[in-house]
Amino acid sequence: MADALTDADIKKIAKLSRLSLPDSQVGAVRTQLSTILGHIAQLQAVPVAGVEPMAHPLRIVNRLDADEPKAPMPVADLLRNAPAVEDRYLAVPKVLGDGGGA
Amino acid sequence: MSRPLVEICGDVRSGKVTARSRVEAYLAEIARREPEIHAFNEVHADAALAQADAVDAMVASGRDPGPLAGAVLAIKDNIVMREGRTTCSSRMLANYRSPFDATVIERLRSAGAVFIGKTNLDEFAMGSSTENSAFGVTKNPHDTTRVAGGSSGGSAAAVAAGFCDASLGSDTGGSIRQPAALCGCVGFKPTYGRVSRLGLVAFGSSLDQIGPFARSVADAALVYDALAGRDQGDSTTADVPHEPLAAKVAAPLAGLRVGVPREYRSGANAPAVAEALERAIAAARAFGAEIVDIELPLTDIGISTYYVIAPAEASSNLARYDGIRYGHRAKLAPGEDLEALYSKSRAEGFGPEVQRRILLGTYVLSSGYYDAYYKRALQVRRLIKEEFDRAFERCDVILGPTSPIPAFPIGGMKDPLSMYLCDVYTVNTNIAGIPGISINGGFADEGGRRLPIGLQLQSKAFAEETLLRAAAMFERALA
Repeated sequence: MADALTDADIKKIAKLSRLSLPDSQVGAVRTQLSTILGHIAQLQAVPVAGVEPMAHPLRIVNRLDADEPKAPMPVADLLRNAPAVEDRYLAVPKVLGDGGGA
Repeated sequence: MSRPLVEICGDVRSGKVTARSRVEAYLAEIARREPEIHAFNEVHADAALAQADAVDAMVASGRDPGPLAGAVLAIKDNIVMREGRTTCSSRMLANYRSPFDATVIERLRSAGAVFIGKTNLDEFAMGSSTENSAFGVTKNPHDTTRVAGGSSGGSAAAVAAGFCDASLGSDTGGSIRQPAALCGCVGFKPTYGRVSRLGLVAFGSSLDQIGPFARSVADAALVYDALAGRDQGDSTTADVPHEPLAAKVAAPLAGLRVGVPREYRSGANAPAVAEALERAIAAARAFGAEIVDIELPLTDIGISTYYVIAPAEASSNLARYDGIRYGHRAKLAPGEDLEALYSKSRAEGFGPEVQRRILLGTYVLSSGYYDAYYKRALQVRRLIKEEFDRAFERCDVILGPTSPIPAFPIGGMKDPLSMYLCDVYTVNTNIAGIPGISINGGFADEGGRRLPIGLQLQSKAFAEETLLRAAAMFERALA
């Protein structure tokens, strides 16, 4: 299968992955992913008609535990790892553009 | 053979030896040789001494610290604990400090263990050499020009170099067993669901499992006993009762059937690896085991299956690193938006191999390719599991090499795919969710150096007692 990957494919995958990828690296990434996908293409040769996909090795059915509240983690502990904080909140860049209303 | 850990901990429990003196001895060894090996991201000397003093104080007051009293452990730096940082050897988490302990850490603490530091790994456990670390390469203690294996290379090297009694690693496609093989220690991946993953930084959630590195099978069993069992904090821990194994592993199994897959005697094995396997087969015959020739034709397809499923799960798991709540945040240029914050933070924070796997995983999950790659890989996954199920009708354990080659030179494996192919004997264990263990099976002579060769045993799910007892039989026979 696997049509050859194009530079446009790589840019699209990088965007979906939320990874900024400089144009200068697109070609190298395309070559690496193409090599790996070329190997993975072996999967197409395995007969799988009627085989149920197996997403998980354990046959666990949903398990219910008693709904018992526990002490939450202190907010200060959680914020300690945040890259930017204002008061008791995570600081982020402006989300809404100019003129965007809420 | 080293002194069994159960006896060492017994001496601490009885007050014959102090935990502090044991930590001090290891710290001296670390001071001497760690600069050359780089097994650790952080050594927690003060915290370890304080923990040791607490153990000694308990003994002095007549209380029992537990079965791992004074056992000095090193922890892979993708398992969270309150002491120090948990970096996953990534710039992304270079300053991350966990507000809680992983379940395995809680359990080891309450068993009396002492933690001496956090060990190096391939970034986010993605790799087979511990070269993909943002903080430098871990060297193999048997030959410092060679890799320690990976991704838990630091934990394997720490045991092999004599920096601790045992260590913890995580194994998604061989990341405990392969570095154990290359460093000449024991590395044990339990059945998926035996050990809680709460507090293990997620890579491939249907594949990841925590397990011990140790100097012997019995030592590994002692640590495993403290780890195993259901955890309310991890709904994928199994409700299968865990019976302590440490006291049982020395007992040989009568009528053991050892399956040897034709595919594991592949021409791709280095000559010394092939010889070690044949030596182990001869040893098994000599201790009375029945050797059963079996076939696992899907062995080779495991790599392709794994390198769809693991990156797919990783691309999803690593979506949480967005530069907002924790982890690296990029500096934005004027006018750049939130989207740019995500993309730049991730591109700056993740190294090349992690980015490669995120891209690969995103691709195989994307619209138009999902069925051809991801769904098909999950179908092959079932076939691989069923192939093991059939094999275990004819044998109790499956024997083979852990890695087709001994430790390779640092920088010697340039192409990512060549590195992936070295996982051929270990990935299917995770794909099927069964347990596997690597023990030393001899040495290869390479330019005057003795490089360890690992032998792997696998058993059916939840048959850890059989697996560890069989491994102890091989360990004795090959010693």
